Amino acid sequence: MVVKVYGPIKAACPQRVLACLLELGVDFELIGVDLDSNEHKQPGFLQKQPFGQVPVVEDEDFRLFESRAIIRYYATKYGDKNRKLYGTTLEEKALVDQWLEVEAHHFNDMVYTIVLQKLVIPKMGGKTDHDLVQNCEKKLEQVFDIYEQRLSKSSHLAGDWFTLADLSHLPGIRYLVNECELSHMVRDRKNVNLWWNDISNRPAWKKVMQLFHELS
Amino acid sequence: MAIKVYGSMLSTATLRVLLCLAEKDIDFELINVDLASGEHKKPHILARNPFGQIPAFEDGDVKLFESRAISQYISRTYAGKGTDLINKDPKKAAVESVWMEVESLKFDPVTAKLAWELCMKRFLFGKNGDEEVVNAEEKRLESVLDVYEARLSESKYLGGDSFSLADLHHAPMIKFMMETRVKEVFDARPYLSGWVADILSRPACVKVFGVPAY
Repeated sequence: MVVKVYGPIKAACPQRVLACLLELGVDFELIGVDLDSNEHKQPGFLQKQPFGQVPVVEDEDFRLFESRAIIRYYATKYGDKNRKLYGTTLEEKALVDQWLEVEAHHFNDMVYTIVLQKLVIPKMGGKTDHDLVQNCEKKLEQVFDIYEQRLSKSSHLAGDWFTLADLSHLPGIRYLVNECELSHMVRDRKNVNLWWNDISNRPAWKKVMQLFHELS
Repeated sequence: MAIKVYGSMLSTATLRVLLCLAEKDIDFELINVDLASGEHKKPHILARNPFGQIPAFEDGDVKLFESRAISQYISRTYAGKGTDLINKDPKKAAVESVWMEVESLKFDPVTAKLAWELCMKRFLFGKNGDEEVVNAEEKRLESVLDVYEARLSESKYLGGDSFSLADLHHAPMIKFMMETRVKEVFDARPYLSGWVADILSRPACVKVFGVPAY
Protein backbone atom coordinates (compact mmCIF):
# COMPACT_ATOMS: atom_id res chain seq x y z
CA MET A 1 0.00 0.00 0.00
CA VAL A 2 1.45 3.38 -0.98
CA VAL A 3 1.89 6.25 1.43
CA LYS A 4 -0.94 8.78 1.13
CA VAL A 5 0.06 12.44 1.30
CA TYR A 6 -2.81 14.90 1.77
CA GLY A 7 -2.14 18.43 0.60
CA PRO A 8 -1.92 20.63 -2.49
CA ILE A 9 1.30 20.44 -4.52
CA LYS A 10 1.52 24.25 -4.52
CA ALA A 11 1.95 24.41 -0.70
CA ALA A 12 5.42 24.44 0.86
CA CYS A 13 4.93 21.84 3.58
CA PRO A 14 3.57 19.05 1.34
CA GLN A 15 6.48 19.78 -1.05
CA ARG A 16 8.90 19.19 1.84
CA VAL A 17 7.42 15.75 2.43
CA LEU A 18 7.28 14.79 -1.26
CA ALA A 19 10.92 15.81 -1.75
CA CYS A 20 11.90 13.50 1.10
CA LEU A 21 9.84 10.55 -0.12
CA LEU A 22 11.28 10.96 -3.63
CA GLU A 23 14.84 11.12 -2.25
CA LEU A 24 14.15 7.80 -0.53
CA GLY A 25 12.34 6.21 -3.47
CA VAL A 26 9.16 5.72 -1.43
CA ASP A 27 5.99 5.43 -3.52
CA PHE A 28 3.19 7.80 -2.62
CA GLU A 29 -0.23 8.95 -3.69
CA LEU A 30 -0.85 12.70 -3.52
CA ILE A 31 -4.40 13.54 -2.53
CA GLY A 32 -5.22 17.19 -3.14
CA VAL A 33 -6.76 19.38 -0.43
CA ASP A 34 -8.48 22.52 -1.68
CA LEU A 35 -7.26 25.30 0.59
CA ASP A 36 -9.22 27.96 -1.35
CA SER A 37 -12.54 26.35 -0.39
CA ASN A 38 -11.33 25.82 3.22
CA GLU A 39 -11.38 22.04 2.88
CA HIS A 40 -8.59 21.87 5.51
CA LYS A 41 -10.88 23.44 8.13
CA GLN A 42 -13.77 21.03 7.59
CA PRO A 43 -14.56 18.39 10.25
CA GLY A 44 -13.49 15.50 7.99
CA PHE A 45 -10.00 16.95 7.62
CA LEU A 46 -9.75 18.16 11.23
CA GLN A 47 -10.12 14.52 12.26
CA LYS A 48 -6.85 13.85 10.45
CA GLN A 49 -5.07 17.05 11.46
CA PRO A 50 -6.56 18.84 14.49
CA PHE A 51 -4.88 22.18 13.63
CA GLY A 52 -6.41 22.14 10.13
CA GLN A 53 -3.12 22.28 8.23
CA VAL A 54 -1.42 20.38 5.43
CA PRO A 55 0.18 17.93 4.96
CA VAL A 56 -1.09 14.79 6.62
CA VAL A 57 0.46 11.44 5.83
CA GLU A 58 -1.34 8.09 6.10
CA ASP A 59 0.76 4.96 5.94
CA GLU A 60 -1.73 2.08 6.25
CA ASP A 61 -3.23 2.72 9.70
CA PHE A 62 -0.42 5.02 10.83
CA ARG A 63 -1.05 8.75 10.56
CA LEU A 64 1.36 11.67 11.00
CA PHE A 65 1.28 15.42 10.59
CA GLU A 66 3.92 18.22 10.87
CA SER A 67 6.16 17.99 7.79
CA ARG A 68 9.46 18.03 9.71
CA ALA A 69 8.31 15.14 11.94
CA ILE A 70 7.22 13.25 8.82
CA ILE A 71 10.56 13.64 7.03
CA ARG A 72 12.50 12.62 10.18
CA TYR A 73 10.36 9.47 10.45
CA TYR A 74 10.83 8.40 6.83
CA ALA A 75 14.53 9.26 6.77
CA THR A 76 14.91 7.00 9.82
CA LYS A 77 12.63 4.24 8.50
CA TYR A 78 14.41 4.08 5.15
CA GLY A 79 17.86 4.93 6.49
CA ASP A 80 19.35 2.07 4.49
CA LYS A 81 18.31 3.80 1.23
CA ASN A 82 20.16 7.02 2.09
CA ARG A 83 22.35 6.80 5.17
CA LYS A 84 23.48 10.39 5.09
CA LEU A 85 20.06 12.06 4.84
CA TYR A 86 19.61 12.12 8.63
CA GLY A 87 23.22 11.40 9.64
CA THR A 88 24.93 8.13 10.53
CA THR A 89 26.47 9.13 13.87
CA LEU A 90 24.88 10.82 16.88
CA GLU A 91 26.89 13.96 16.17
CA GLU A 92 25.84 14.07 12.50
CA LYS A 93 22.19 13.58 13.50
CA ALA A 94 22.49 16.40 16.04
CA LEU A 95 23.84 18.78 13.37
CA VAL A 96 20.97 17.88 11.02
CA ASP A 97 18.51 18.55 13.87
CA GLN A 98 20.26 21.84 14.67
CA TRP A 99 19.96 23.19 11.12
CA LEU A 100 16.38 21.85 10.82
CA GLU A 101 15.57 23.94 13.90
CA VAL A 102 17.28 26.94 12.28
CA GLU A 103 15.17 26.48 9.14
CA ALA A 104 11.95 26.13 11.15
CA HIS A 105 12.54 29.15 13.37
CA HIS A 106 14.93 31.67 11.83
CA PHE A 107 14.33 31.04 8.13
CA ASN A 108 10.74 29.85 7.83
CA ASP A 109 9.21 32.55 10.04
CA MET A 110 10.54 35.24 7.72
CA VAL A 111 9.66 33.48 4.45
CA TYR A 112 6.17 32.61 5.71
CA THR A 113 5.43 36.24 6.62
CA ILE A 114 6.79 37.54 3.31
CA VAL A 115 4.70 35.02 1.31
CA LEU A 116 1.62 35.78 3.39
CA GLN A 117 1.96 39.54 2.99
CA LYS A 118 3.11 39.69 -0.64
CA LEU A 119 1.09 36.84 -2.16
CA VAL A 120 -1.72 35.49 0.00
CA ILE A 121 -3.22 38.64 1.51
CA PRO A 122 -3.50 40.57 -1.81
CA LYS A 123 -5.08 37.49 -3.40
CA MET A 124 -7.74 37.56 -0.65
CA GLY A 125 -8.38 41.28 -1.32
CA GLY A 126 -6.35 42.59 1.62
CA LYS A 127 -3.49 45.10 1.86
CA THR A 128 0.18 44.18 2.14
CA ASP A 129 1.96 45.53 5.22
CA HIS A 130 5.04 46.86 3.43
CA ASP A 131 6.84 47.85 6.65
CA LEU A 132 6.49 44.30 7.94
CA VAL A 133 7.74 42.88 4.64
CA GLN A 134 10.75 45.21 4.67
CA ASN A 135 11.51 44.21 8.25
CA CYS A 136 11.31 40.50 7.40
CA GLU A 137 13.47 40.94 4.31
CA LYS A 138 16.12 42.69 6.42
CA LYS A 139 16.10 39.84 8.96
CA LEU A 140 16.21 37.25 6.16
CA GLU A 141 19.31 38.95 4.69
CA GLN A 142 20.96 38.52 8.10
CA VAL A 143 19.98 34.85 8.16
CA PHE A 144 21.46 34.37 4.69
CA ASP A 145 24.67 36.10 5.87
CA ILE A 146 24.96 33.44 8.56
CA TYR A 147 24.29 30.72 5.96
CA GLU A 148 26.99 32.23 3.73
CA GLN A 149 29.47 31.97 6.61
CA ARG A 150 28.40 28.42 7.42
CA LEU A 151 28.60 27.32 3.79
CA SER A 152 32.12 28.68 3.53
CA LYS A 153 33.11 25.89 5.95
CA SER A 154 31.05 23.01 4.53
CA SER A 155 29.27 22.42 1.24
CA HIS A 156 25.92 21.80 2.93
CA LEU A 157 24.41 23.05 6.17
CA ALA A 158 24.96 20.03 8.41
CA GLY A 159 28.19 18.85 6.77
CA ASP A 160 29.68 18.06 3.38
CA TRP A 161 26.66 16.16 2.08
CA PHE A 162 22.96 16.72 1.43
CA THR A 163 20.73 16.16 4.45
CA LEU A 164 17.18 16.86 5.65
CA ALA A 165 18.42 20.27 6.83
CA ASP A 166 19.10 21.33 3.22
CA LEU A 167 15.98 19.58 1.89
CA SER A 168 13.77 21.45 4.35
CA HIS A 169 14.75 24.77 2.72
CA LEU A 170 13.79 23.82 -0.83
CA PRO A 171 10.12 24.92 -0.81
CA GLY A 172 10.83 28.24 0.94
CA ILE A 173 13.75 29.24 -1.27
CA ARG A 174 11.69 28.28 -4.33
CA TYR A 175 9.11 30.87 -3.24
CA LEU A 176 11.81 33.49 -2.64
CA VAL A 177 13.48 33.16 -6.03
CA ASN A 178 10.18 32.95 -7.91
CA GLU A 179 6.96 34.63 -6.78
CA CYS A 180 8.59 36.76 -4.07
CA GLU A 181 11.17 38.15 -6.52
CA LEU A 182 13.97 37.98 -3.94
CA SER A 183 16.42 35.81 -5.89
CA HIS A 184 19.19 38.37 -5.25
CA MET A 185 19.34 37.10 -1.65
CA VAL A 186 20.63 33.81 -3.04
CA ARG A 187 22.51 35.02 -6.15
CA ASP A 188 24.44 37.77 -4.31
CA ARG A 189 26.03 35.24 -1.96
CA LYS A 190 28.65 32.99 -3.56
CA ASN A 191 28.35 30.00 -1.23
CA VAL A 192 24.57 30.20 -0.81
CA ASN A 193 24.25 30.40 -4.60
CA LEU A 194 26.43 27.30 -5.12
CA TRP A 195 24.47 25.47 -2.46
CA TRP A 196 21.08 26.43 -3.92
CA ASN A 197 22.18 25.35 -7.41
CA ASP A 198 23.28 22.03 -5.98
CA ILE A 199 20.20 21.21 -3.93
CA SER A 200 17.62 22.53 -6.38
CA ASN A 201 19.06 20.41 -9.19
CA ARG A 202 18.69 17.14 -7.38
CA PRO A 203 16.46 14.72 -9.32
CA ALA A 204 13.99 14.35 -6.43
CA TRP A 205 13.37 18.12 -6.24
CA LYS A 206 13.15 18.36 -10.01
CA LYS A 207 10.44 15.68 -9.87
CA VAL A 208 8.52 17.75 -7.25
CA MET A 209 8.78 20.74 -9.61
CA GLN A 210 7.54 18.60 -12.49
CA LEU A 211 4.48 17.59 -10.43
CA PHE A 212 4.03 21.23 -9.39
CA HIS A 213 3.84 22.34 -13.03
CA GLU A 214 1.67 19.40 -14.10
CA LEU A 215 -0.89 19.77 -11.33
CA SER A 216 -1.08 23.57 -11.01
CA MET B 1 33.43 18.82 33.18
CA ALA B 2 32.57 17.36 29.78
CA ILE B 3 29.12 18.95 29.42
CA LYS B 4 28.85 22.73 29.40
CA VAL B 5 25.70 24.77 28.89
CA TYR B 6 26.07 28.46 28.06
CA GLY B 7 22.82 30.17 29.00
CA SER B 8 20.63 31.82 31.59
CA MET B 9 18.04 30.66 34.10
CA LEU B 10 15.80 33.43 32.63
CA SER B 11 15.72 31.66 29.29
CA THR B 12 13.12 28.95 28.65
CA ALA B 13 15.36 27.51 25.96
CA THR B 14 18.24 27.14 28.43
CA LEU B 15 15.86 25.61 30.99
CA ARG B 16 14.69 23.12 28.33
CA VAL B 17 18.23 21.76 28.08
CA LEU B 18 18.85 21.79 31.85
CA LEU B 19 15.60 19.90 32.39
CA CYS B 20 16.69 17.27 29.88
CA LEU B 21 20.04 16.86 31.65
CA ALA B 22 18.26 16.61 35.02
CA GLU B 23 15.89 13.91 33.72
CA LYS B 24 18.90 11.96 32.46
CA ASP B 25 20.76 12.54 35.75
CA ILE B 26 23.76 14.00 33.93
CA ASP B 27 26.21 16.44 35.51
CA PHE B 28 26.94 19.67 33.72
CA GLU B 29 28.44 23.10 34.18
CA LEU B 30 26.18 26.12 33.58
CA ILE B 31 28.12 29.11 32.33
CA ASN B 32 25.98 32.18 32.79
CA VAL B 33 25.35 34.49 29.83
CA ASP B 34 24.14 37.91 30.97
CA LEU B 35 21.20 38.81 28.74
CA ALA B 36 20.63 42.24 30.31
CA SER B 37 24.09 43.42 29.20
CA GLY B 38 23.72 41.87 25.74
CA GLU B 39 26.40 39.28 26.36
CA HIS B 40 24.61 36.88 23.97
CA LYS B 41 25.50 39.19 21.07
CA LYS B 42 29.19 39.34 21.94
CA PRO B 43 31.83 37.55 19.81
CA HIS B 44 32.53 34.73 22.29
CA ILE B 45 28.85 33.69 22.24
CA LEU B 46 28.35 34.37 18.50
CA ALA B 47 31.22 31.94 17.96
CA ARG B 48 29.05 29.29 19.64
CA ASN B 49 25.69 30.39 18.20
CA PRO B 50 25.86 32.58 15.10
CA PHE B 51 22.28 33.73 15.76
CA GLY B 52 23.35 35.30 19.05
CA GLN B 53 20.98 33.24 21.17
CA ILE B 54 21.19 30.95 24.17
CA PRO B 55 21.74 28.17 24.99
CA ALA B 56 24.92 26.94 23.41
CA PHE B 57 26.09 23.46 24.36
CA GLU B 58 29.33 21.54 24.54
CA ASP B 59 29.89 17.82 25.17
CA GLY B 60 33.59 17.22 24.64
CA ASP B 61 34.15 17.92 20.95
CA VAL B 62 30.46 18.18 20.14
CA LYS B 63 29.26 21.79 19.95
CA LEU B 64 25.61 22.58 19.32
CA PHE B 65 22.96 25.29 19.51
CA GLU B 66 19.11 25.17 19.24
CA SER B 67 17.69 23.72 22.47
CA ARG B 68 15.45 21.15 20.74
CA ALA B 69 18.39 19.76 18.74
CA ILE B 70 20.46 19.65 21.94
CA SER B 71 17.76 17.80 23.91
CA GLN B 72 17.43 15.20 21.15
CA TYR B 73 21.21 14.73 21.05
CA ILE B 74 21.32 14.26 24.85
CA SER B 75 18.38 11.83 24.78
CA ARG B 76 19.91 9.66 22.05
CA THR B 77 23.52 9.80 23.24
CA TYR B 78 22.63 8.98 26.84
CA ALA B 79 19.81 6.55 26.12
CA GLY B 80 19.55 4.12 29.02
CA LYS B 81 20.69 6.68 31.59
CA GLY B 82 18.00 8.27 33.73
CA THR B 83 14.59 8.74 32.08
CA ASP B 84 14.13 7.54 28.51
CA LEU B 85 12.93 10.60 26.62
CA ILE B 86 12.61 9.22 23.08
CA ASN B 87 10.60 6.05 22.49
CA LYS B 88 12.58 3.12 21.12
CA ASP B 89 9.70 2.16 18.78
CA PRO B 90 10.14 4.29 15.62
CA LYS B 91 6.39 4.81 15.13
CA LYS B 92 5.90 5.93 18.73
CA ALA B 93 8.98 8.15 18.43
CA ALA B 94 7.44 9.70 15.30
CA VAL B 95 4.27 10.60 17.21
CA GLU B 96 6.43 12.19 19.92
CA SER B 97 8.20 14.09 17.15
CA VAL B 98 4.85 15.41 15.86
CA TRP B 99 4.09 16.96 19.26
CA MET B 100 7.62 18.33 19.54
CA GLU B 101 6.92 20.18 16.28
CA VAL B 102 3.57 21.37 17.65
CA GLU B 103 5.30 22.78 20.74
CA SER B 104 7.95 24.42 18.61
CA LEU B 105 5.73 25.94 15.93
CA LYS B 106 2.33 26.48 17.60
CA PHE B 107 2.70 26.60 21.38
CA ASP B 108 6.01 28.40 21.76
CA PRO B 109 5.48 31.36 19.36
CA VAL B 110 2.26 32.36 21.15
CA THR B 111 3.47 31.78 24.72
CA ALA B 112 6.78 33.52 23.98
CA LYS B 113 4.84 36.69 23.08
CA LEU B 114 2.81 36.35 26.29
CA ALA B 115 5.95 35.76 28.34
CA TRP B 116 7.51 38.88 26.82
CA GLU B 117 4.45 41.02 27.62
CA LEU B 118 3.67 39.59 31.05
CA CYS B 119 7.09 38.64 32.46
CA MET B 120 10.09 40.02 30.58
CA LYS B 121 8.86 43.61 30.04
CA ARG B 122 8.33 43.98 33.77
CA PHE B 123 11.59 42.31 34.72
CA LEU B 124 13.79 44.09 32.20
CA PHE B 125 12.13 47.53 31.95
CA GLY B 126 9.66 47.69 34.83
CA LYS B 127 6.88 48.15 32.26
CA ASN B 128 3.44 46.58 32.00
CA GLY B 129 2.50 44.44 29.03
CA ASP B 130 0.39 45.67 26.12
CA GLU B 131 -3.19 44.65 26.99
CA GLU B 132 -4.28 44.37 23.36
CA VAL B 133 -1.42 42.07 22.44
CA VAL B 134 -2.00 39.93 25.53
CA ASN B 135 -5.72 39.55 24.76
CA ALA B 136 -5.04 38.62 21.13
CA GLU B 137 -2.33 36.09 21.98
CA GLU B 138 -4.41 34.59 24.79
CA LYS B 139 -7.19 33.96 22.30
CA ARG B 140 -4.73 32.24 19.95
CA LEU B 141 -3.43 30.16 22.84
CA GLU B 142 -6.96 29.07 23.71
CA SER B 143 -7.46 27.62 20.20
CA VAL B 144 -4.18 25.74 20.42
CA LEU B 145 -4.90 24.46 23.94
CA ASP B 146 -8.33 23.19 22.84
CA VAL B 147 -6.46 20.80 20.56
CA TYR B 148 -4.18 19.82 23.46
CA GLU B 149 -7.22 19.17 25.68
CA ALA B 150 -8.69 16.83 23.05
CA ARG B 151 -5.34 15.06 22.65
CA LEU B 152 -4.80 14.63 26.40
CA SER B 153 -8.33 13.28 26.84
CA GLU B 154 -7.17 10.30 24.74
CA SER B 155 -3.53 10.04 25.67
CA LYS B 156 -1.80 10.31 29.06
CA TYR B 157 1.09 12.29 27.59
CA LEU B 158 1.31 14.25 24.36
CA GLY B 159 3.47 11.69 22.58
CA GLY B 160 1.65 8.64 23.93
CA ASP B 161 1.65 6.56 27.13
CA SER B 162 5.06 7.67 28.37
CA PHE B 163 6.60 11.00 29.31
CA SER B 164 8.91 12.13 26.51
CA LEU B 165 10.65 15.17 25.06
CA ALA B 166 7.26 16.15 23.59
CA ASP B 167 6.09 16.94 27.14
CA LEU B 168 9.46 18.10 28.51
CA HIS B 169 9.90 20.78 25.84
CA HIS B 170 6.76 22.51 27.13
CA ALA B 171 7.70 22.58 30.81
CA PRO B 172 9.82 25.75 31.09
CA MET B 173 7.30 27.97 29.28
CA ILE B 174 4.39 26.43 31.18
CA LYS B 175 6.19 27.20 34.44
CA PHE B 176 6.50 30.86 33.35
CA MET B 177 2.82 30.95 32.32
CA MET B 178 1.69 29.57 35.70
CA GLU B 179 3.01 32.75 37.32
CA THR B 180 0.72 34.92 35.17
CA ARG B 181 -2.98 35.39 34.39
CA VAL B 182 -2.54 32.82 31.61
CA LYS B 183 -2.76 30.14 34.32
CA GLU B 184 -6.55 30.48 34.03
CA VAL B 185 -6.46 29.33 30.41
CA PHE B 186 -4.78 26.11 31.51
CA ASP B 187 -6.98 25.69 34.62
CA ALA B 188 -10.12 25.88 32.46
CA ARG B 189 -9.15 22.63 30.72
CA PRO B 190 -9.22 19.60 33.05
CA TYR B 191 -7.10 17.09 31.09
CA LEU B 192 -4.58 19.80 30.29
CA SER B 193 -4.40 20.88 33.96
CA GLY B 194 -3.87 17.31 35.06
CA TRP B 195 -1.01 16.93 32.60
CA VAL B 196 0.54 20.25 33.71
CA ALA B 197 0.42 19.19 37.38
CA ASP B 198 1.98 15.84 36.45
CA ILE B 199 4.93 17.21 34.49
CA LEU B 200 5.71 20.13 36.83
CA SER B 201 5.78 17.80 39.84
CA ARG B 202 8.45 15.56 38.30
CA PRO B 203 11.62 15.49 40.46
CA ALA B 204 13.72 16.89 37.61
CA CYS B 205 11.35 19.87 37.25
CA VAL B 206 11.35 20.54 40.97
CA LYS B 207 15.15 20.34 40.95
CA VAL B 208 15.66 22.73 38.00
CA PHE B 209 12.89 25.25 38.76
CA GLY B 210 13.72 25.29 42.43
CA VAL B 211 16.82 27.38 41.60
CA PRO B 212 16.03 31.10 41.73
CA ALA B 213 16.30 32.92 38.38
CA TYR B 214 18.33 35.78 39.82
